[in-house]
Amino acid sequence: MGAPRRAMARVRSFYKKPPLDADLEAEIAAHIELAIEENIQHGLTPLEARRQALIRFGGIDLAKDQQRAARGLMKLDILLQDLRYTLRTLSRDRAFTLVAILILALGIGANIAVFSVVNTLLLRPLPFPSSQQLVRIVEKDPKAGESSMTYTADATQDFQQQNRSFQSVSGYFAFTGPNNFKLSGNSQPVPATGILVAEGFFETLGVEPSAGRLFRPEEFVHNAQPTALLSYPFWKRRFGGDRSIIGQTVDLSDKTDLNNKSVTVVGVLPETFDFGAVFSPGAKIDLFVPYIMDDFRDDGNDLALVGRLKQGLTLAQAQNEADLLFPQFYFEHKHPEYGKGYTAHLTGLKEYVSGKLRRSLIVLWCAVGTIMLIVCVNLSNLLLARAAARTKEFAMRTALGASRARIVRQILTESLVLSLFGAVLGLGLAFVVVTWLAHQGSIALPLLGSLRIDGAAFAWTLVVALAASLFIGFAPGIRLSMGNIQEALKDSGPGTGEGKGHQRTRSALVITEIALACVLLVGAGLLLRSFMRVLDVDLGFQPSRAAAVSVDYDDGGNVANRAAIWQEVVRRASMIPGVDAAGISDNLPMSRNRSWGIAAKGEQKQNAQDFIPVFVYIVSPGYLKAMGMHLKEGRDFSWDDIVNNRSVVVLNQTVARKLWPGQDPIGRIALAGGAEAQVIGMIADVHESSAEDNAGAQMYLPSTKQFGPEGSYLVVRSNLPPATLAMSVVRTLREINPGQSATEFKPIQGLVDHATSPRRFFVLLVGIFAGLGLLLAALGIYGVIAYSVTQRTQEIGIRMALGATRSNVVGSVLSRTLRLALIGIAAGAGASLLVSRAIAALLFNTAPTDPIAFAAMVLLIGSVALVAGYIPARRASRINPMVALRNN
Amino acid sequence: MGESKLDLLQGTLDLMVLKTLAAMGPQHGYGIARRIEQASGDEVLLNQGTIYASLVRLQQRGWIDAEWGISDNNRKAKFYSITRGGRKQLTKDAAHWQRLSDVMLRVLSMSAEGGN
Repeated sequence: MGAPRRAMARVRSFYKKPPLDADLEAEIAAHIELAIEENIQHGLTPLEARRQALIRFGGIDLAKDQQRAARGLMKLDILLQDLRYTLRTLSRDRAFTLVAILILALGIGANIAVFSVVNTLLLRPLPFPSSQQLVRIVEKDPKAGESSMTYTADATQDFQQQNRSFQSVSGYFAFTGPNNFKLSGNSQPVPATGILVAEGFFETLGVEPSAGRLFRPEEFVHNAQPTALLSYPFWKRRFGGDRSIIGQTVDLSDKTDLNNKSVTVVGVLPETFDFGAVFSPGAKIDLFVPYIMDDFRDDGNDLALVGRLKQGLTLAQAQNEADLLFPQFYFEHKHPEYGKGYTAHLTGLKEYVSGKLRRSLIVLWCAVGTIMLIVCVNLSNLLLARAAARTKEFAMRTALGASRARIVRQILTESLVLSLFGAVLGLGLAFVVVTWLAHQGSIALPLLGSLRIDGAAFAWTLVVALAASLFIGFAPGIRLSMGNIQEALKDSGPGTGEGKGHQRTRSALVITEIALACVLLVGAGLLLRSFMRVLDVDLGFQPSRAAAVSVDYDDGGNVANRAAIWQEVVRRASMIPGVDAAGISDNLPMSRNRSWGIAAKGEQKQNAQDFIPVFVYIVSPGYLKAMGMHLKEGRDFSWDDIVNNRSVVVLNQTVARKLWPGQDPIGRIALAGGAEAQVIGMIADVHESSAEDNAGAQMYLPSTKQFGPEGSYLVVRSNLPPATLAMSVVRTLREINPGQSATEFKPIQGLVDHATSPRRFFVLLVGIFAGLGLLLAALGIYGVIAYSVTQRTQEIGIRMALGATRSNVVGSVLSRTLRLALIGIAAGAGASLLVSRAIAALLFNTAPTDPIAFAAMVLLIGSVALVAGYIPARRASRINPMVALRNN
Repeated sequence: MGESKLDLLQGTLDLMVLKTLAAMGPQHGYGIARRIEQASGDEVLLNQGTIYASLVRLQQRGWIDAEWGISDNNRKAKFYSITRGGRKQLTKDAAHWQRLSDVMLRVLSMSAEGGN
């Protein structure tokens, strides 16, 4: 009952030590005086009275100590003592301290950085209120990219009206390419990327504007006064964060219809809302405009749906309802003959965004955890070596009355101090890495922009540092406290008695280190091999040497004008010196996608099942060549096709094989995009969304009356460096259209790199960790061998005096090194076999037992071990027998 | 002689201090130590200094109060007095000791009979 009160009193007294000590001093003095006085009254001489009083009192210092122990925090006092002592010894041994702190900082820093990534992508909820209620709705079997993951305006409205599970359902237009808008003001028009969002989109997510307001319902009806919301970064960049822009109009034109519209800016979204981070990793979104359902009724599937579940409803309940509702929905109310029957797969938004990354992230986390283990083992080893050198000091302290617990506590204090310094430095390192990563827009990982060191990361740092200090201090603490005092004190020199046990512990630690490094290296090797296999994939086009630029033009909505403009652009671009080929497409591979249906025209009328979904590209003649695609059969488009409005189509092999299995597709008639078209060519498959997926079905259509493009990219193939090329191409475009916006010139390789960036990111990180592990293992080997050489100086001296040659000495040290390395490698290879099976799902065309990865690991660790062992071996061979024998 | 005196059991000193203060009223450290020695008939081996650890412990538990004052012979000394909580504790602990010593007495006298 008095416990908390007493604890408080103790803590208080710890801080008020000097006044309390003075008080006690005075009290004791009074005590002695009173005793003396009484003794004198009893007839003793003053001298004798004083003597008696002191005897009766007992040891004054002992009494003080007892009183202090009773009143205050003795433990803390001891801790402070240990701390002071530790700081003193560590500052004496500066080289050791620096190396130890540096190693710890690397390990802890890597751990914090990876933790922050894992925390941001996996652990932390999405940056929306009650984000666990948010659900992404996609088709169950997404066969054709975004088009089968989206719904028509009609189906969306049906679901909005009929469902009972959601507070609200909304969506966004899924087929937005970068820079689909042009913002013109008083200066050069600038491209901007805008997303069309359905009514209630921000409300569903729970996003509040940081200034102004969200869209109103009346802004989602046909012919409504056009409005726009700005993203925070765009508002800052373009309008300098000027609040007065709200309520004003800006001139905004859509790439597909170039009529400038006066659009009212109604608000600015908060800084925390990053559309790209959640829905389209790596994309920067500048503004949002209303998706007006009535304008999109005939356009097919184009809404990506997000819903917010009602309070207390589970995903499974909502899924059950969706399974009942979606098959009943017609594609279009106006055309019931198009059929009905959707499916819906409901996924928590968080799971949808980062679920695919879970496995990679966990592997990354494990890798960095392994690094931390290696760091700890290494440090343990270093401390052990130091402890061995300090055996005598500790024995002396024990002899002088220090308890074993006190000695272990001293060692733990040391490891704690080292860990904490390491943690501080590691935090600094992690901060740099994390800040850098957060600004890597080019890595297509979701939520990366919101990466930061937060409270959770701090807590994690503390956990890691404390665990590390316990782990590091454990082995040396045990060994030291087990030591025999007498032996240690009697031992006059190194190399006797004590050394053996230490040496065995240290060897075991080094073997552990090597084994762990093996596992890391094999993991990194397998991922690297997979990455190289991904890069080796024949994409079906040649990304190097090609670049794309977005073209602005004004055709007044006239097909003939557009044909003329396209022809002029391609002709002029092809004439630029150094340009091999040029062509226009409204869509680039590995960026956005959209799909239509295609079927072979047969005797009977086709029904819905005969159509297969294909990706669509509206292209100009020359585009296939500019992209470096391989025309297998037939011919490319010609300007004649376009001028004469011929209905022709180029297919890829996958489509041709499906529609006309085993037959020559050229000259046949297909039903593509709602019209008949003659097949004039067939190209090799192109990897549409990523190098790792199978190539999908694609068709290429000329830009004619039937098939209107959505935007246009000029692709040029050239040997010129991109900078030079960009200048001349943009100049040419400006000559054709002075309104051409200052848009960026994108190397096609960049698109491919973007698509492979998550894999590159993981390979890079795991590779760095493996390298770090290797370095630490090498340090460990070096430390143990060098120490054993020092310990055996005398022995080696004697051997050499007895006729051992230098190479004998080197050989014996190296063979010891190799023995350690081989045991470690054997253990590591075994562990790697288990681990590689666990990461098999992350590999691409690489077996988990890939012999090259394993062989490379053995070779690498073996040679690093040899180098690490050779340095002390050479030192051993230089030992002068006379000097070695005379010492001691 | 030193050897023949009793070593104090742990925790017993606190109880003696409480009892002394309850019986004698406010006392300084020296006074308490002397009273304990006298009351025990000089049976207890007490390094008077050890009383200060006991005093601070009791004080922190709130069972005694302390105040600087002037002694009978005009010396500045710290006077301790028992609190209400201290008295309660004293009753409890004294009862406990009483039971313990009764039990000890009975057990020891039984074994003496058995020996006969």
